[in-house]
Amino acid sequence: MVARTVTHAVVGLEPRRVDVEAHIDGGAPSFAIVGLADRACQEAKHRVRSGILSAALEWPAKRLTVNLAPADLRKEGSGFDLPIALAVLGATRQLPPDRLSGHAAIGELALDGSLRPVPGTLAAAEGARRGGVQRVVCPKAAAFEVALAGVEPVAVEHLGEAVDYFYGRCRPVAPAPPPEPAERPPPDLGDVRGQERARRALEVAAAGAHNLLLAGPPGVGKSMLARRLPGILPPLDDVAALEVTRIHSVAGLLRPGCGLVRTPPFRAPHHGASAAAVVGGGSHPRPGEVTLAHRGVLLLDELPEFSRMLLEALRQPLEDGTVAVARVGGRAVFPARFQLVATMNLCPCGGRGDPGASCACSPVQLDRYRDRLSRALLDRFDLVLALPRPRATELAAGPSEASAAVRERVVAARRRRSSRLLLESAAEDLLDRAVERLPLSGRGRARVIRVARTVASLAGAGAVASEHVAEALSYRSPSELSPS
Amino acid sequence: MNELALAAFAAANDAHAADADTRSHGFAQFASTFDADGYLARLTAGGFRWLARSAAGFPPRLRSIHDPPPGLFLRGDGGAELLAHPSVAVVGARSCTDYGAHVARRLARDLADAGVVVVSGLARGVDGWAHRGALDAGAPTVAVLGCGIDRDYPRAHALLAAQIAVAGLIVSEYPAGVAPAPWRFPARNRIVAGLAIATVVVEARDRSGALITADLALEEGREVLAVPGEITSGLSNGTNALLRLGATPVTCAEDVLQAIGVDAVPTTRGEPPPGAPGAVAAALDGGARTPDEVARTTGLTAEAVAAALTELELAGLVQVAAGVYRR
Repeated sequence: MVARTVTHAVVGLEPRRVDVEAHIDGGAPSFAIVGLADRACQEAKHRVRSGILSAALEWPAKRLTVNLAPADLRKEGSGFDLPIALAVLGATRQLPPDRLSGHAAIGELALDGSLRPVPGTLAAAEGARRGGVQRVVCPKAAAFEVALAGVEPVAVEHLGEAVDYFYGRCRPVAPAPPPEPAERPPPDLGDVRGQERARRALEVAAAGAHNLLLAGPPGVGKSMLARRLPGILPPLDDVAALEVTRIHSVAGLLRPGCGLVRTPPFRAPHHGASAAAVVGGGSHPRPGEVTLAHRGVLLLDELPEFSRMLLEALRQPLEDGTVAVARVGGRAVFPARFQLVATMNLCPCGGRGDPGASCACSPVQLDRYRDRLSRALLDRFDLVLALPRPRATELAAGPSEASAAVRERVVAARRRRSSRLLLESAAEDLLDRAVERLPLSGRGRARVIRVARTVASLAGAGAVASEHVAEALSYRSPSELSPS
Repeated sequence: MNELALAAFAAANDAHAADADTRSHGFAQFASTFDADGYLARLTAGGFRWLARSAAGFPPRLRSIHDPPPGLFLRGDGGAELLAHPSVAVVGARSCTDYGAHVARRLARDLADAGVVVVSGLARGVDGWAHRGALDAGAPTVAVLGCGIDRDYPRAHALLAAQIAVAGLIVSEYPAGVAPAPWRFPARNRIVAGLAIATVVVEARDRSGALITADLALEEGREVLAVPGEITSGLSNGTNALLRLGATPVTCAEDVLQAIGVDAVPTTRGEPPPGAPGAVAAALDGGARTPDEVARTTGLTAEAVAAALTELELAGLVQVAAGVYRR
């Protein structure tokens, strides 16, 4: 006797249909799962057996074979528990096997037969929708992900409830979608005392989605400022929110009880992180930090401490907003359109830019420190800010403007921002003078124009004026970071 | 005497080009097989020029030192007559402070404004900032190398060397292919001091290369000036020692001009424009300030201060180091 269910494996972020077949024949009692199941998937045997018994159902004392097709696709994780259990129940006629058609299933079984959500449910459910499946049997906690994918969830809490559903004995109600902004708010810009210039740079970076590099002595508040960028970014629109939710679902980062992710994500990997952890990889392509920061902010604190290999690997995502990860276990392309914020000292000892300390670094040490960052990488930062240490009087200043007020301006500027903003002739003149006087490359010039457009849009101007160009020029890479 | 052969001979032997060598047997052998025309042709093809000591265009001040080089290799589009112009050497520590960098740059800029050629050694630190200061004024400057004429040493100053070569000169007594070696730098310093009427030391530790330049200048009877520094800073020990020995203290370009007897040409550098840039410039009169401090003093917004500071920087009225602005 054979019964079939459908589920979806997620490769990278892409769903692949997997047919789960269970076959029972009269051999000596045994249970085998075939079809390239990994360890977690092999262990489904024990969970499925215990789950079925706990649901007061019967475990067949026969030879039982479960096949996961296509056989050449590796199956990972515990999401196959539920479809395997349903197929076994179908094969033993403990539920009507023909009713299984038109359904996909995904979920992990607990030993007591209850269901737990698994990472990647949203992507799997999207696979179901594309394959023409109308309903997905899933744990209650994952029902909103299935609904987001545009498929009807059959949200059950227990395996027994699923059986009742297939017999038509109950009609599970999908739980109400969780509230969207249930996330913890990011740290507020109002906490930052003084630092007007840095706050302004943050605002410009937010308004134009520019990459930002903050350089200065330790303790001036570089990281504190960088962490406040997500709070002044506009909330994600529907398309972006779905993309981010899908990624976070695959990575298992969705917090229970939270719905669609509307806050731009913020990721800050440590500089000891491996290239695979940051860019993505593993024997089976997994999203890295750059992908988890998609549509949000990636903070690289102490940029020169990251390995050179890792920093060079960032150039592809910074360029085209995706990372391609090719491994033995498959190839995947992950989205990685993030805003990069980085911090660094101005010299290895950290004394430069600090009036209270003197820098003891030799010229060779300075060169070596600078050389850790390639020109090509530095070129990706539209805004570079040398942050000197503020004086004590500044820190005693009153509270400053809160994130919400800044965000309003950012949202308005983003609406206005367009690459069609023309440069006034005075602005062109200023730019020409700057190219003549400063070491400003062709690429540097283009960068200044880009930032100047953002500044103009923040000001609500109809054209880019010379003061906008002048401000943009003040965010160019300081001489401390450029060779010569 | 074939000066070019002597320069090539010294380079081939990795030795200092001493006139006494011309009487040696080795030199006679070398010179008999030396193809001067071919050598010059290769030199020209590489974009270099040769200025022999006996040539009319050789700078008289350099010819008059007790150990002049047999000649100079030149690179850059500046004319050889630049070397004979009234010139001042601005030298100092490689690992200078922001103060040293600022002083070197401003001094060089003001001297260049007054029509004086700034000579230095293209080294990191004070030397580099002195060259940049002259370039700020749009004036040609002369860099003396301690290695072959084809090299940019230090490598980090390749871009600066290219900027100098546009209208100024890069010179060396060593032909192409000579690697920098520690003993060549004091030799280079004698040319720096020899080209200049006076030598200004901006920042120097005890027993530093800049002090060697100052000693060489004194030996040739040239004026030596020093910029006073903080008595607590090791980088001022050398300059303060020079002052104690009687060097003229430098507080502005006029001090230098007076010492070399050049009348200061009224500077063409304009006053800060009215409005925000003027207010910002006034706020910087009290010394180095961060943009946030300027914003607080002037009451301007951060964006207005940023724009004003850039305007002033482009006008050559302020300089920035590590995010701190100075006039």
